[in-house]
Amino acid sequence: MSSTSNQDYYVPHGTNWPIIGSIGLTLTVVGVANFLHDTWSATPIFVGLAIVIFMMFGWFGQVIDESLKGMYNPQVDMSFRWGMGWFIFSEVMFFGAFFGALFYARQYSIPWLDGASNNAATAELLWPDFEASWPLLSVPLAEKFEEAKQAMGAWGLPALNTAILLTSGWTVTLAHWALKRKDNTWLVYWLFATVALGFGFVFLQGVEYVHAYVDLNLRLDSGIYGSTFFMLTGFHGLHVTMGATMLLIIMIRAAKGHFSPENHFAFEAVAWYWHFVDVVWLGLFIFVYWL
Amino acid sequence: MSTEITHGDVHEEHHDHGPDKGLMRWVTTTNHKDIGTLYLWLAFIMLLVGGAMAMVIRLELFQPGLQWVEPQFFNQMTTLHGLIMVFGAIMPAFVGLANWLVPIMIGAPDMALPRMNNWSFWILPFAFTMLASTLFMEGGGPAFGWTFYAPLSTTFAPDSTDFFIFAVHLMGISSVMGAINVIATILNMRAPGMTLMKMPLFVWTWLITAYLLIAVMPVLAGVVTMMLTDRHFGTSFFDAAGGGDPVLFQHVFWFFGHPEVYIMILPAFGIISAIVPTFARKPLFGYSSMVYASASIALLSFMVWAHHMYTVGMPVAGELYFMYATILISVPTGVKVFNWVATMWRGSMTFETPMLWALGFIIMFTIGGFSGLMLGVAPVDTQYHDTYFVVAHFHYVLVTGALFSIIAAFYYWVPKWTGHMYDERLGKIHFWWSTISVNLLFFPQHFVGLAGMPRRIPDYSLQFAEFNAISSIGGFAFGLAQVFFLYIVIKTIRGGVKATDKVWEGATGLEFEQLPSPPPYHSFTVAPQVK
Repeated sequence: MSSTSNQDYYVPHGTNWPIIGSIGLTLTVVGVANFLHDTWSATPIFVGLAIVIFMMFGWFGQVIDESLKGMYNPQVDMSFRWGMGWFIFSEVMFFGAFFGALFYARQYSIPWLDGASNNAATAELLWPDFEASWPLLSVPLAEKFEEAKQAMGAWGLPALNTAILLTSGWTVTLAHWALKRKDNTWLVYWLFATVALGFGFVFLQGVEYVHAYVDLNLRLDSGIYGSTFFMLTGFHGLHVTMGATMLLIIMIRAAKGHFSPENHFAFEAVAWYWHFVDVVWLGLFIFVYWL
Repeated sequence: MSTEITHGDVHEEHHDHGPDKGLMRWVTTTNHKDIGTLYLWLAFIMLLVGGAMAMVIRLELFQPGLQWVEPQFFNQMTTLHGLIMVFGAIMPAFVGLANWLVPIMIGAPDMALPRMNNWSFWILPFAFTMLASTLFMEGGGPAFGWTFYAPLSTTFAPDSTDFFIFAVHLMGISSVMGAINVIATILNMRAPGMTLMKMPLFVWTWLITAYLLIAVMPVLAGVVTMMLTDRHFGTSFFDAAGGGDPVLFQHVFWFFGHPEVYIMILPAFGIISAIVPTFARKPLFGYSSMVYASASIALLSFMVWAHHMYTVGMPVAGELYFMYATILISVPTGVKVFNWVATMWRGSMTFETPMLWALGFIIMFTIGGFSGLMLGVAPVDTQYHDTYFVVAHFHYVLVTGALFSIIAAFYYWVPKWTGHMYDERLGKIHFWWSTISVNLLFFPQHFVGLAGMPRRIPDYSLQFAEFNAISSIGGFAFGLAQVFFLYIVIKTIRGGVKATDKVWEGATGLEFEQLPSPPPYHSFTVAPQVK
């Protein structure tokens, strides 16, 4: 419920950033589609992405500027909080689709291909030699796919990455505590630690991918196990990269002294986002790597 | 004229008021009324484009045999007609209404996040240009039906499918941003005293709709992403040869698709709940039960998706669960219809154009609801599945339901928006012309469907000829009626009898009681006090 009168609520007059963003987004996706069909080179994709990044710098830069000028009252701050919270919920649902595919494959499609439930005839007629298992290494039609030699274990790099990400959740909280006691030095230090852990995670994920492709022959086209493995961990890695980049920007802003104990929603928004990628990782570790 | 407006002028130098001049006003605007107008015009254009495709379909089906178009083109028409009507006409129209109405219904100065509001809209013209451009690509546009089931949309689809996939991604981004804005506005921008249970039902139903949008549009993005990687990067989500399952596509799609159905009807419930009390001159019967019914419908919508898939070979336990859960939805829906009827009971009723459309909605949406009950029963659906009975059902729900409510909303609020009354005689002609023709169009489809005519096929058995001819004539007449509607819209914007501030004798709510017609560019710069 609003406690302030409406004339204090900042309603901007006109903005150019959205149309620039739309042009950038459209160029990016049209570029990808044409690239996939070999009709265009990859250049339009990068031009499109550059426009989107330019738009984000411009748009967020303007918002930061207005915030520092004190144009945002507590009610505007609350709009931002609702906005970020619901955005994270939408991200949760996006991952939900891929987790759903994983559970469906493990619980239904693979056992059914082997004749479970009332599918004896399916198994007999389609691929009688197929045996259900998880992680699925031998797919029903081997010649169509690159079969993986071995599944990715849970207790090597993935366990280390779990420790890294959980630690980074702790360091971002330490940064928040430093911010709240007006200790800008430690705020920057702890943010730096978080950013380093975040990019370290991404680096190790890259090492793991190389190991998967080179040593295990576990690939995106290795059947449903490879599909779910790489799409889930890949989208998660993308989100970690974005989150770590946002944290880096927050770190730079913190070093410039942008945040006060009372007014630092940008920090909190990114921290929320960071905890979200952390929690998604726990789901991945349990259901993709471990069980 | 209320005192609040005069107060607003004091702060002229604080906010700069009034729109910019020229075309760039519309490109850069952050004003909820401008953006609402943009959404409504986009929706109207898309309605006419999607409608033109429907005319092609009805022309081909006018007689048995292949007369006018190639089957492949026919398939592109059914596919794009569905996609454009769902994502281009109905959804943007409701978002446009939300933009125009939610701030002035809750006493807010604008939407909570005005710049993002602009972006939500300005992604859409790009997305729909991309989608429409597929028609002109080599191999033609998407031809696999608006539900784009794998493997039709993966293994056997034209190259243009990738443009379709990215268009869906863009629409999803737009919808999620729009929905976040609506929720932030409703939860954070209400005037003092506007408690949740005092909000107009349109605001309530949009709050719930926005929640559904944020929950399921990302799932749609996920499923089209899986399509993309299946098509180009060798994943096997929908390929049994790699351990996946084409039926998985249907599960993920309908997990989005069923809540999507309610996304397209809940705001309609809000509109009808505003119009019926005004013209019955009685408060809405059972306000709180309406709120709880809407919330229950939303909750149930996540648990019934597989009733679209009774014939794919699910285990019987699954079929039974989805059947019972589906039938359960008729309880909260029944509550709503009962409440509308009870609101009219012993009311001082008059029948201006918005009320006619609202009554048309109640009767014909209920017909669509009843055929939905039939389809919800698994053993019966085995007979009806993929027949014209299904087509008749969802067109009663979406055309005489969702679209009728949008037209009702136009007639009800356009005097407030423009300050001009529409022409009552033309409005009534529009209603009767549309209502008669839409029933000619869709009612016979029940019969041919029950007799076994399959949907999405350009040719049919001779026994269906008469009903199809009637249906096509109804279709052409209904299409023409909406061109007539375009004339009414333009005429009303350009002039007409001056509307009073209250517009309707029985109107209630902040937008009618506290704002002039038309409202100033920035309304409620000082929050009203709601008692």
